[in-house]
Amino acid sequence: MATYHLTTPLHDADLKKLVVGDEVLLSGQIYMARDAAHKRFVDLLKDNKPLPVDLTGSVVFYGGPGPTKPGHAIGVVAPTSSYRMDPYATVLFDHGVKAAIGKGNRGDVMRESCKKNTAVGFSAIGGISATLFACIKSARVVAYEDLKTEAVQLLEIENFPVLVTNDTAGRDLYQEQVDHYRKLLNP
Amino acid sequence: MREIHVNEIIDTVARLCIEACHELPDDVVQGFHAAAENEISPFGKSVLLKLIDNDRIARENNVPYCHDTGLTIVYADVGQDVHIVGGNYLDAVNAGVRKGYADGYMRKSVVTDPLKRVNSNDNTPAVVHTEIVPGTQIKFSVLPKGGGSENWSTMKFLLPGEGAEGVKKFVLSAIEAAGGSACPPLTVGVGIGGSFDKVTDIAKKAILRDIGVHHPDEHIAQLESELLVLINKTGIGPQGYGGISTALWVAVETFACHITALPVAVNIQCHASRRKTAVI
Repeated sequence: MATYHLTTPLHDADLKKLVVGDEVLLSGQIYMARDAAHKRFVDLLKDNKPLPVDLTGSVVFYGGPGPTKPGHAIGVVAPTSSYRMDPYATVLFDHGVKAAIGKGNRGDVMRESCKKNTAVGFSAIGGISATLFACIKSARVVAYEDLKTEAVQLLEIENFPVLVTNDTAGRDLYQEQVDHYRKLLNP
Repeated sequence: MREIHVNEIIDTVARLCIEACHELPDDVVQGFHAAAENEISPFGKSVLLKLIDNDRIARENNVPYCHDTGLTIVYADVGQDVHIVGGNYLDAVNAGVRKGYADGYMRKSVVTDPLKRVNSNDNTPAVVHTEIVPGTQIKFSVLPKGGGSENWSTMKFLLPGEGAEGVKKFVLSAIEAAGGSACPPLTVGVGIGGSFDKVTDIAKKAILRDIGVHHPDEHIAQLESELLVLINKTGIGPQGYGGISTALWVAVETFACHITALPVAVNIQCHASRRKTAVI
């Protein structure tokens, strides 16, 4: 298992070398969007209408932060459950998104989508919001302000720690690790 | 008869909301330490150590442990010799939640209508359970319940003859379905018996119990131990990254039930097992 320092935008060459279990300290600009924004994005794409932001080559973080305290760049935040985004994420990956940051296992559709689109699924540890928000250096709402905590924000991140859980070969860390320990614990 | 002014209720509920969201209970943090010592999965162990760090960072920086500060569940045991003055009791509890979530920079995660989905912007209304008990005091317990784990909670009516084995099978199926999405290591609250409504109520109350404290009835305590072993053999592990620390604790609560029925409910609590109690 390797550790990489990567900066967005992520290139196919970077993505292809990532294997499930690798740790990535991610820097650069990423978009934050979750359930409600994903639904709006996909509804627009269905109607062949343009999205409010250019997602080509982007990383999408499934987050909904708390309120920003004075002196902070953003409120506390950690990823929300990835599986809820699965039906939308496959569409967004088809439209150029190169990575998503969420938490928890995803469906088989994501394995296929990562393989097909040379994209990856990252996971950060759910619920360690007090730790992760410090890696976000700036945040700006760029679409859907009416969605409040679910608004789309452009984040500048520095060394944001994620684990590769879906790689471009179609592997899934959750499935492999749980299968391994299940067998070990139930001989 | 003792008078309690609504302002005292507001301040107490607000304080409990903030403290619950900023500091995990000691027994939960101890549970992380014990799990980290025993965990055999390197990914799993790394998660547990980061949870311990996160609790420390939240306390030091006075920020919430997790951004999902939940739908606020409030339990109130109101002494029958208490007279509440200065306003409406339920309004006061909700005013306390409103104040706590504003002052504590906690996320407002409540939509007023489940279908129209418009945020109330102050995390109200809370889910309030009030019981009348003997005495002249009010005991408030606040349980901010995150959505990621609550979404995997479930209930079922088993056939009475399915007994403890049926209960184990059902609880395990709920844990398997949740996998890593419910943010393990979990605390699992199980309700057995009662009615459709009562069984889910006692399953949720079970997660108020401290980690390490068993049910007083020996056969239920035994069931708790067996369930914990079974859950930790699923291999799910911390965050679903694999391992033996899928749950820190299983708490079972029971209630009398109808001769035709064996209701079971599973309330799943993520690692952000927040609860805080005060008596006024």
